[in-house]
Amino acid sequence: MNALNPDFFAFVYLIATILFILGLKGLASPRTALRGNLFAMIGMTIAVIATVSHPDVTHYTWILAGLAAGALIGTVVALKIEMTSMPELVAALHSFVGLSAVLVAAGTYYDHMQTGHMDTLLLYELAAGSFIGAVTFTGSIVAWGKLKGTFSGNPLVFKGQHLLNLLLSLAMIGCAAAFIMDYTNFAAFLIMTAIAFALGVMLVVPIGGADMPVVVSMLNSYSGWAAAATGFTLNNNLLITTGALVGSSGAILSYIMCKAMNRGFFSVILGGFGGEATVAAAAQPGKGVKSAATEDVAFMLENSSKVIIVPGYGMAVAQAQHATKELYETLTEKGVSVKFAIHPVAGRMPGHMNVLLAESEIPYDSVFEMDEINAEFSTCDVALIVGANDVVNPDAKTNKASPLYGMPILEAYKAKQVFVNKRSMKAGYAGVDNALFYYPNCSLVFGDAKGVIEQLVNQVKGTGH
Amino acid sequence: MSPTMIGIYVFVLSCFVGYHVIWGVTPALHTPLMAVTNAISAIVVIGAILVAGKTDLPLSMQLVGFFAVMLASINIFGGFVVTNRMLAMFKKKK
Repeated sequence: MNALNPDFFAFVYLIATILFILGLKGLASPRTALRGNLFAMIGMTIAVIATVSHPDVTHYTWILAGLAAGALIGTVVALKIEMTSMPELVAALHSFVGLSAVLVAAGTYYDHMQTGHMDTLLLYELAAGSFIGAVTFTGSIVAWGKLKGTFSGNPLVFKGQHLLNLLLSLAMIGCAAAFIMDYTNFAAFLIMTAIAFALGVMLVVPIGGADMPVVVSMLNSYSGWAAAATGFTLNNNLLITTGALVGSSGAILSYIMCKAMNRGFFSVILGGFGGEATVAAAAQPGKGVKSAATEDVAFMLENSSKVIIVPGYGMAVAQAQHATKELYETLTEKGVSVKFAIHPVAGRMPGHMNVLLAESEIPYDSVFEMDEINAEFSTCDVALIVGANDVVNPDAKTNKASPLYGMPILEAYKAKQVFVNKRSMKAGYAGVDNALFYYPNCSLVFGDAKGVIEQLVNQVKGTGH
Repeated sequence: MSPTMIGIYVFVLSCFVGYHVIWGVTPALHTPLMAVTNAISAIVVIGAILVAGKTDLPLSMQLVGFFAVMLASINIFGGFVVTNRMLAMFKKKK
């Protein structure tokens, strides 16, 4: 086959597209997921090799240097990162795609200036690619900082914020128009990109720590749209397809997250909700709350036939996953059926809790989603809640005055007996009191999650019959 | 049909494919999904290679190309490796 034929490259890119789609399809089940990832890797490899061998590419030093440096940095970071820090890593990676898209737009512009192939459509595409990339870049950096704790997770809201954003957007559109009308006006392109950088920051600062899962998903989506826009500038269908796949993925995840929190997408984006230092608007301890000793909990657990554990991000913060897995194993050995119930917004990003449980070697077929397990709480003997709060608050179903009202919850309150492990009586993210704590079938177990669960393991083991 | 119009066709159809494929992903794997979409969105590396691989561009533009390739490459390797690490942890009951 003649390697100079453009159709040859288009064909190779088509194969890469198919491999990417198969890769995402593999994620339908943990069984096929690793194979899916392999497909996607092969797709990427052949796309890169094909592009490097493209006749337009005549100079290899920078390409090889860039690929090698990126491979080294990316691999080392990916091997070292703690699973609890996944959201930060993902946010950081989004920012790289964004910046890369901006650089590609600038480079493509320069290249076309030299060859003289410039048309109005291309100018629109370049402006779009650079703008979306720039917003993704700075927005992701702010999200990364908020997740990592470098910047405060509190929403930053001030008077005239939306007006300022509107003015920035208009100024940006003005610069884009100036660039499109006169393509030699590269300064307009640069100013437009600079404003887009500022806009990326402005869009994420008002969003609070609790809404970060939505923000990370949204930026995931933007990074896809940035890739698609770059695809238009290069007339490359592989980039367009991949960008569209990633863009829809992020959009769907944002939707799922918003729904699980019963929040409108725009109310999340406009921000101002859910800082991390929510004042403990909680009830005073003793207001009808019962507390239980670990011995009692251990006794109940080992005499149950069915236990459902509801883990929240608090479990990961307390590093209690390993102890939890031991409790799971000890109880399973004693013939107790143990299941885990995961709320969609548990953790700091979609599916985060599942990864943390998998890391501690809890089998995935013992871990269930909210819709799968809610019907089972009424038939379980004990529901043990570790480090979760708002997602089990029955007020979300019954109390119209509660800010949580309407949010789907794990119906742990239906269990015969509920134990809630808590460090103190502090309220959850939403800063509201949890009605569950006052239920007659609920007792609180105070203490650090790791310590409490380790004690439970020892006590269940100690009474071996 | 202009290349841009073809691109719009491809884009719209791909969004439909994406919609159906992504809803099929099990919620347990939403974090790996994000990591792998991260990796594949680094397909912008193709554009980066086309910029970095031109001999007749000035050094400044070659450097722009180099950084673009490097950033995308961090994503490719970081995204795929971390996805692999996560997926390898998902085990069935013994």
